[in-house]
Amino acid sequence: MSNKYTEDDLREELKTKEYEYGFYTDIESDTFPIGLNEDIVRAISLKKEEPEWMTEWRLEAFRAWKEMTEPEWANVHYKKPDFQAISYYSAPNSKPKYNSLDEVDPELLATFAKLGISIDEQKKLSNVAMDVVIDSVSVATTFKKTLGEKGIIFCSISEALREHPELVKKYIGTIVPQKDNFYAALNSAVFSDGSFCYIPKGVRCPMELSTYFRINQAGTGQFERTLVIADEGSYVSYLEGCTAPSRDENQLHAAVVELIALDDAEIKYSTVQNWYPGNAEGKGGVYNFVTKRGLCEKNAKISWTQVETGSAVTWKYPSCVLKGDNSVGEFYSIAVTNNYQQADTGTKMIHLGKNTKSTIISKGISAGKSQNSYRGLVKISPNADNARNFSQCDSLLMGNECGAHTFPYIEAKNKTAKIEHEATTSKIGEDQIFYCNQRGINTEKAIALIVNGFSKEVLNKLPMEFAVEAQKLLEISLEGSVG
Amino acid sequence: MLKINNLHASIEDKGILRGVNLEVKAGEVHAIMGPNGSGKSTLAAVIAGKEEYEVTEGSILFDNEDINELAAEERAHKGVFLSFQYPVEIPGVSVTNFMKTAINETRKAKGLEDMPAKDMLKLIREKSELLEIDRKFLSRSLNEGFSGGEKKRNEIFQMAMLEPKLAILDETDSGLDIDALRIVANGVNKLKSKDNAVIVITHYQRLLEYIVPDFVHVLYNGRIVKSGGKELAHELEEKGYDWIKEEVNA
Repeated sequence: MSNKYTEDDLREELKTKEYEYGFYTDIESDTFPIGLNEDIVRAISLKKEEPEWMTEWRLEAFRAWKEMTEPEWANVHYKKPDFQAISYYSAPNSKPKYNSLDEVDPELLATFAKLGISIDEQKKLSNVAMDVVIDSVSVATTFKKTLGEKGIIFCSISEALREHPELVKKYIGTIVPQKDNFYAALNSAVFSDGSFCYIPKGVRCPMELSTYFRINQAGTGQFERTLVIADEGSYVSYLEGCTAPSRDENQLHAAVVELIALDDAEIKYSTVQNWYPGNAEGKGGVYNFVTKRGLCEKNAKISWTQVETGSAVTWKYPSCVLKGDNSVGEFYSIAVTNNYQQADTGTKMIHLGKNTKSTIISKGISAGKSQNSYRGLVKISPNADNARNFSQCDSLLMGNECGAHTFPYIEAKNKTAKIEHEATTSKIGEDQIFYCNQRGINTEKAIALIVNGFSKEVLNKLPMEFAVEAQKLLEISLEGSVG
Repeated sequence: MLKINNLHASIEDKGILRGVNLEVKAGEVHAIMGPNGSGKSTLAAVIAGKEEYEVTEGSILFDNEDINELAAEERAHKGVFLSFQYPVEIPGVSVTNFMKTAINETRKAKGLEDMPAKDMLKLIREKSELLEIDRKFLSRSLNEGFSGGEKKRNEIFQMAMLEPKLAILDETDSGLDIDALRIVANGVNKLKSKDNAVIVITHYQRLLEYIVPDFVHVLYNGRIVKSGGKELAHELEEKGYDWIKEEVNA
């Protein structure tokens, strides 16, 4: 049959799919010369009008970083970035903050429209407060007033350093120390912006808080720092989304996210990551080297949910330190790799307190010539009586050239621990495709349906507004553009 | 409606169908019987457009159009439905979601808008009642953990939802107990009209007591070797297939 649709065709299509967010916006920007030394670190701190202690903190991190080497244990292969060839600061050259949308650079608004974010609409309809970070600087934070009435602080980290230095000083680096790892140290030295959020005692944040990250300028790295503090008995749901223009060179993204959930608090942190993955031949794309970690005090809960479809290389392990008794950590992940993408992602659940509980659900989808690895550590310390963990790692393969790998590590030092691990690997079957075809569903749509079904347990964990977007993203990432 | 002329089909260069001729008109019910390995399921799959089979000779006309070059989903859009002998599982996709997708994809192919949610709900309610299907069943993952009977009932439910012109039931009776068989057969009978047609593929006469055929064909060695009325099914039930084989080989 001439128009039969085979796995080969599918692979062909996957190769030809285009990255939708690959445009570049011509916004005037203020970009530092390339290279990194103590002067650049000082200059960043100065530019951001930071207090003296922060400058010192950055320098300490920089000195530590100089002595460190880039980690090589991950199951990824790439040309290491030249850290002296990157500009460490780039900011849209307009007013740093806007009081109303009328003041915003029209080019910037056009960018938002292309990204499918209408700040205006977001404001009115979806009840999402939003912070937008382009290149290095936060350009728009919506809903600030409404949140302020509840005592919630939601702003850029630069602003937090100016307005609430005591809070930043108290918590920054407490869960991801400056010297934690190579990229975290680099981030600590040069982070240019990011989001800060503080929820006061007993307050339930009435809306989803959201940050949108975008790399725009060429030759820049993006190093955001996010700090979320949920004070005792509070609750917050936080969303983060990312895109970047298509470029031939690799761009570096090395972010740090720290979550602190004090007694009885709950933080839900959801990410939809769609950085430029590189072209079909594996040229270009973002290196996504991110450190995310959360601390749970007594009875606290942290849930990480991530949908990772972009980036050329991903190295990322959102983790939970379950310090307080009865605290709960969750990790729900969908990682899609296609073409030459490589992902080494997973989580660490560190059980320190008694009766601590963790759940890990990881869904890996590999297509093209990509490599997709799950790497997870469940660690039960000697004092963590009755700790429990359940892990489930499922892999779905498309075609014969991709790879799925699972590296589960378990360290149990307490006999009362209960740890369960389940893993499955499956391939989309021709019989499944034919069954769908026979019901009038073409192969492209059939694959989307099967992938969505496979990912459902994780998609269900996302807030409604995000779930729809994530579902679309999965389809875009895997389907190509058959008319 | 369906006109098959001298159809030859093979899989991996192995000839399975060797000159099938069959004509099915609107309003008719045809039964295709035959011993194991005679090519019954292959015939169903070839009509539905399964890619693994290659048509090496002959033609399949559906509503006077040669459908041999059409993809399986295009044939489905034209109203060809196959009830699978072994329905596949699709984890995480509910029966409802699957049907919604199937109906809307078919509508899209015809240039129609998606079916409004309330019409969809009404249709689902109506058809699930027709097949005595518990609504809870519809939110379960497609065929995952279904019993043999549930799978077959689900196939007929899908047929009811999609309202095909031509329904091919491949061994729908296998794995059904007598009550389930009655429900499934009643469902098929209620869906039958002067505008559509049914091909029932079966080993046994049992199903044909409920879905009464106008014509019975015996497929043997990739050819239809004998055709008759419903009494032929009784004869086969009584005498088995050996006498047919002898007739053919004589």
